Amino acid sequence: MSKLLDLQFLAGHAHYLLFIVLMMTGLFIVVDKTNLVKKIVGLNIFQVSVFMFYVSIGKVSGGTAPIFPMDDKYHVDKDALLGIAYSNPLPHVLILTAIVVGIATTSLGLALIVRIRESFDTIDEEDILNIEQDMTRADNQKHGNAMGGPA
Amino acid sequence: MADTAQIVEHTARTFRDHLPVLQVLVPFCTAPLIVLLGSRRLAWPLAFIASAIALVISFIMLMDVREGGMLTYTMGGWAPPLGIEYRVDAANAFVLLLISLIGTVVLPFAYASFRDEIKSRDHTLMYACWMLCFTGLLGMVATGDAFNVFVFLEISSLSTYVLLAMGADRDRRALTAAYDYLIMGTIGATFFVIGLGMLYMATGTLNMADMADRIADQGMNRTVRSGFAFIIVGMGLKVAMFPLHLWLPKAYTFAPSAVTVFLSATATKAALYVVMRFTFSIYNPDFAFATNTLEIIFIPLAVIAMFSASFVAVFQTNFKRMLAYSSIAQVGYMLLGIALLTDTSLTAAILHMFNHGLTKALLFMGVGAYVLRANGSFYTQIAGLGRKMPITTGAVVIGGLSLIGVPGTAGFVSKWVLVQAALERAPENAMFLAIAVAIVLSSLLAVVYVWRAFEVLYLQEPDPNSTATEAPLMMLIPMWILAGGCIWFGFSTDLLHDTAAQAANGLLQGTKGMMVLTGQGGAH
Repeated sequence: MSKLLDLQFLAGHAHYLLFIVLMMTGLFIVVDKTNLVKKIVGLNIFQVSVFMFYVSIGKVSGGTAPIFPMDDKYHVDKDALLGIAYSNPLPHVLILTAIVVGIATTSLGLALIVRIRESFDTIDEEDILNIEQDMTRADNQKHGNAMGGPA
Repeated sequence: MADTAQIVEHTARTFRDHLPVLQVLVPFCTAPLIVLLGSRRLAWPLAFIASAIALVISFIMLMDVREGGMLTYTMGGWAPPLGIEYRVDAANAFVLLLISLIGTVVLPFAYASFRDEIKSRDHTLMYACWMLCFTGLLGMVATGDAFNVFVFLEISSLSTYVLLAMGADRDRRALTAAYDYLIMGTIGATFFVIGLGMLYMATGTLNMADMADRIADQGMNRTVRSGFAFIIVGMGLKVAMFPLHLWLPKAYTFAPSAVTVFLSATATKAALYVVMRFTFSIYNPDFAFATNTLEIIFIPLAVIAMFSASFVAVFQTNFKRMLAYSSIAQVGYMLLGIALLTDTSLTAAILHMFNHGLTKALLFMGVGAYVLRANGSFYTQIAGLGRKMPITTGAVVIGGLSLIGVPGTAGFVSKWVLVQAALERAPENAMFLAIAVAIVLSSLLAVVYVWRAFEVLYLQEPDPNSTATEAPLMMLIPMWILAGGCIWFGFSTDLLHDTAAQAANGLLQGTKGMMVLTGQGGAH
């Protein structure tokens, strides 16, 4: 019989819970906020949560940073090498790539917002939506008669 | 290890051994070269030469793997699964050929179209972005390393956002279209990374073949399953799978014409290939949950997409937007082919990827020619242009017929194979009979929306003030190459069909089709 609330299980998976909370926070901001810059911020939080997830899965219990132990002359300490567990460095390396991608996405998004601000004079999604609806309506009035009436 | 495909230990002594990586590397190096030279006159020739080289390479590779087998390339000589491996079999060689073919054929068209639609000071960077996007798509398809897929996906996506936003010179809505796509595309790509993370947790490897091997060994667990969900949703966004398609109509409508041509024919197809590779090769189709996902989720969504998107397309007043909705419907056919899970249906899906790529590129090029000559693609603007631009419109008619699936065109072949696939499974469940009927019925909707365009083009009086003349040769030649392709592949069906069947066969072998390369550094 499994308990309804397994505290030990929860404690062992705390980093996943945090990852989920962070991820949902980010996604919620992206969906909920109408300010375009805030959306980018939400997207960043969302991406960071995934970085955390990757970094956390690289952890080996009892493991240390994957660097050879040095003696006081900065040579590899061969005696200390034995019996050391290292954390897995690969997820960290992967996430370096993802961080670079995240920066590129953020800067491109912000650059787009600058252009949007220049041509729409607002960075609020609802205002932009209204402007675009007006544009679409104007298009339809002008071009809607192709098949005997506005479509 | 099965002995159907021979794997020669990688030594890369000859030029030919390097083809899988050159495929990606040539356009990849061209992009910075264009920026560094900074010459507007050199940008286009460089891009064109790089695309043509990529086309030749992909053709050679396809000829090599057409009968089965695969080409592998290990980056820097590091043996997989530790090193990054490029692996080309019939399935990706086919998609690589589609991407590089479209990339090469569209560039002359893009030259004429950019000159009209984009400020000339942006042209150099435009071609650099184009090359990056091209690289990303080729890399996604060529690589055999799961994380590499993400990296190339982002290379292609980021440059796509830039290319889309350049439509702002004509209509400022291109900016918001690019922004929306950036938000959705990034969420999709990040979902894909989460899925990969879960797979990495469960298998401890990133090499696709090794991953497939280990999943087959250990069977299913919850981590692997949720990884599958994340990967499918993430890639589904890029594919424009039905409820995740919202970015597509706006992006295609407001992007520069040539960019729409390129993206509609390649971007969704490359993502679709990744879905196939993950569903069939990494997750074995024998696993019940993968089959269930396909049958319970993919089939209904595909059928809904086929009908709803076609229905919406019927009521559009803009030719370009109509074609964008039609693309969503056509993706539905491809997903249906994947979900029916037989040799025939997967052949149909791969064939339709190729044929629809040709067809849609042709039609969007027609739109680009109208935009050039009539300054827009609303039906009121293109009315009667069939008489003023007969050669352009002739090609558009061939494309429209192929989109419907009229016998004698490429579109017919793939839809026919798809109906066959559904009928093959009809004896086991009447639902499949209904699906076959649905394919035919939704094609009838295509008749309606394509006929609307034909009627506007031919039967309406042209605007008396219109000064439209025939499109320039730089546009007509690519259009007629693709139009010729649509007809050629409609009659000479064997070549494409056999290759697609070989690709489908390789994919459906599942994990067996993905043998692990046992190198000296291998964990096996």
